[in-house]
Amino acid sequence: MIKIFKYSFSDLMRSRWSLVYLAFYLLLGFVLLFLNNDLSKGIITLMNVIVILTPMIGTIFGVMYFYNSREFTELLLAQPVKRSVIFFGQYLGVSISLSLSLIIGLGIPFLAYGLFRSGVIVNFLLLLSSGAFLTFIFVALAICIALFNTNKIKGFGYAILMWLFFAVIYDGLMLLSMMVFADYPLDNFALVASFLNPIDLSRIMILLKLDISALLGYTGALFQRFFGTNLGLIASWSMLVFWTFWPIILLIRKAQKKNF
Amino acid sequence: MLRGITIFIILSSIVFESNARSHSVCHQCDLPTLSIAVNEVSHGDTLMLEKGIYSSPGIEITKPLTLIGKPGAVLDGESKDYVLKVLSDSVFISGLEFINTGKSYTKDYAAIYIHKSSIFTLSNNLIKGSFFGILVEKSKNGQILNNRVLGNATREDQSGNGIHLWDCDSILISENKVSGMRDGIYLEFVDGSKIIKNYSHHNVRYGLHFMFSNHDQYARNKFEENGAGVAVMFSKWIRMENNRFINNWGTASYGLLLKEIYDAEVLNNTFQENTLGVYVDGSSRVNYSGNTFRQNGWAIKVSGGCYTNVFTRNNFLGNSFDVSYNSKMNDNTFNSNYWGSYAGYDLDKDGTGDVPYRPVKLFSYVVNKTPETIVLLRSLFVDIINFSEKVSPAFTPDDLVDLSPSMQVFK
Repeated sequence: MIKIFKYSFSDLMRSRWSLVYLAFYLLLGFVLLFLNNDLSKGIITLMNVIVILTPMIGTIFGVMYFYNSREFTELLLAQPVKRSVIFFGQYLGVSISLSLSLIIGLGIPFLAYGLFRSGVIVNFLLLLSSGAFLTFIFVALAICIALFNTNKIKGFGYAILMWLFFAVIYDGLMLLSMMVFADYPLDNFALVASFLNPIDLSRIMILLKLDISALLGYTGALFQRFFGTNLGLIASWSMLVFWTFWPIILLIRKAQKKNF
Repeated sequence: MLRGITIFIILSSIVFESNARSHSVCHQCDLPTLSIAVNEVSHGDTLMLEKGIYSSPGIEITKPLTLIGKPGAVLDGESKDYVLKVLSDSVFISGLEFINTGKSYTKDYAAIYIHKSSIFTLSNNLIKGSFFGILVEKSKNGQILNNRVLGNATREDQSGNGIHLWDCDSILISENKVSGMRDGIYLEFVDGSKIIKNYSHHNVRYGLHFMFSNHDQYARNKFEENGAGVAVMFSKWIRMENNRFINNWGTASYGLLLKEIYDAEVLNNTFQENTLGVYVDGSSRVNYSGNTFRQNGWAIKVSGGCYTNVFTRNNFLGNSFDVSYNSKMNDNTFNSNYWGSYAGYDLDKDGTGDVPYRPVKLFSYVVNKTPETIVLLRSLFVDIINFSEKVSPAFTPDDLVDLSPSMQVFK
């Protein structure tokens, strides 16, 4: 498995798109800090970018890589290697290379602007780790979709739709249902609803760590009480872990049965 | 200023024409304690308090006197009563340090308590660890200048106000510093007074609290990191100028609360990093001009029953929400403001944008209706609906619009 991971990892790291992705984050980080110089403000702006962009890039890369390396996968399948090993190795290759681009791309500018001397290092690590988690989650979901659809166009369509659902439509439905049921107590609904969507969950976990959380008012206070406790923290991180694992398990099971 | 000079002339004439004498008070002097000194001396005399700690719980001053403290002169209330009770006209207290008033749930123990006095001056005093700092009742034509009131209050119900005025007229409160009290400065039924250049910070409740007070002015004050900022309630004809409201940040905090205020002027103030810059509730005929709102959560939140307020030439820079409304009705005018998030253009180069600006975003309207939706703050969906509402307004008040937004920040 390590061999397959190594191969797809080095293949991806040498590819132009990983470099473009890395360069994009480098540029974003430097420009942001050059314009603002305030690390904690930079984190707020980056949060917006990360919770939308990492899932999108993860989705597109995942689908693209799977379809493009189909011939290589078929070649591997002819070898005496376990299927789960092949697919899991490829999955790790994609998601780790993307996460590395994110971490290096944002880490360098923040380090250059004195991350260790400021008090925001915990928030920054939270930002990076939720970005990495989102990458892992959405790459897994994307490869799943690609496995289920041999038709490239269909696969791409579903993948984009999946991203759109989590990033936009889900929030829309949440807003709509909250407005319809405005007469009922909604605090717990808001908590549970945002807990179930990994993008919303990461957004709120980061928001609560920043000054801006005061805007959330008493709903925010409820969230703060939940996420502030050890139970809340463990629950939210295990939610992200859960979101990472079930697509992987689905992916491996599908891969074992699929006819190539 | 003119009034200050007149008062000073009147005061000095009273002091000098009555053959006033000056006495020293110290532990080795003829007048060893303050209570003896206050009883012995005659009207209009001056007491110079030398360095030392004077035990003085509940000392009453019932005749015109001048008390001047040399550096290190301390009046100690011994934690059981008021420290000084001023019950006479024409009293001047300067340069003293007050410590240890009593604490009570039934009595308002204060370091300096002034009752039914006319023409008094409190200047350069330092008050530490008191329940109430300066408490003035039913008095007029007084000056409270350059005092410092330092407390260590942690709870509203166990602490008093720094400078507390009740039923007063024509008082000048200037250049005082108040911190760590319940309300920094509190005024109730106080008319025709000025509050100028004070610094009120880190108080448990409000930096400045106004109730039922008319024709007052507060200017060039700085209010920083108070529990809930400044509250002005149930008052008419108040002028608020050149004040700075900074960093009143918390889930139930704001820079300035205007509750039932009529005919007021809010001019050239700075609101920076408050959860709510100005919270307007049931206030009418208020002019907001030349104010700068920088990096607040909400710059202005307008609640029900606000009519004919005018907002002109204000700067709105980097606030999460510029204006928030809770209804589709609007009777207030927004004109010629600078909006940081304005994206229009100015083809004829006359300094005003050619496209009107709508300061109320759809999301702030939604949040007002259903407060729980705030959890969607900074979600992509919210940006999308804000954009579509901007293009064609359907929910936000359609007459709430700045027709001539400025292209330049007002200096």
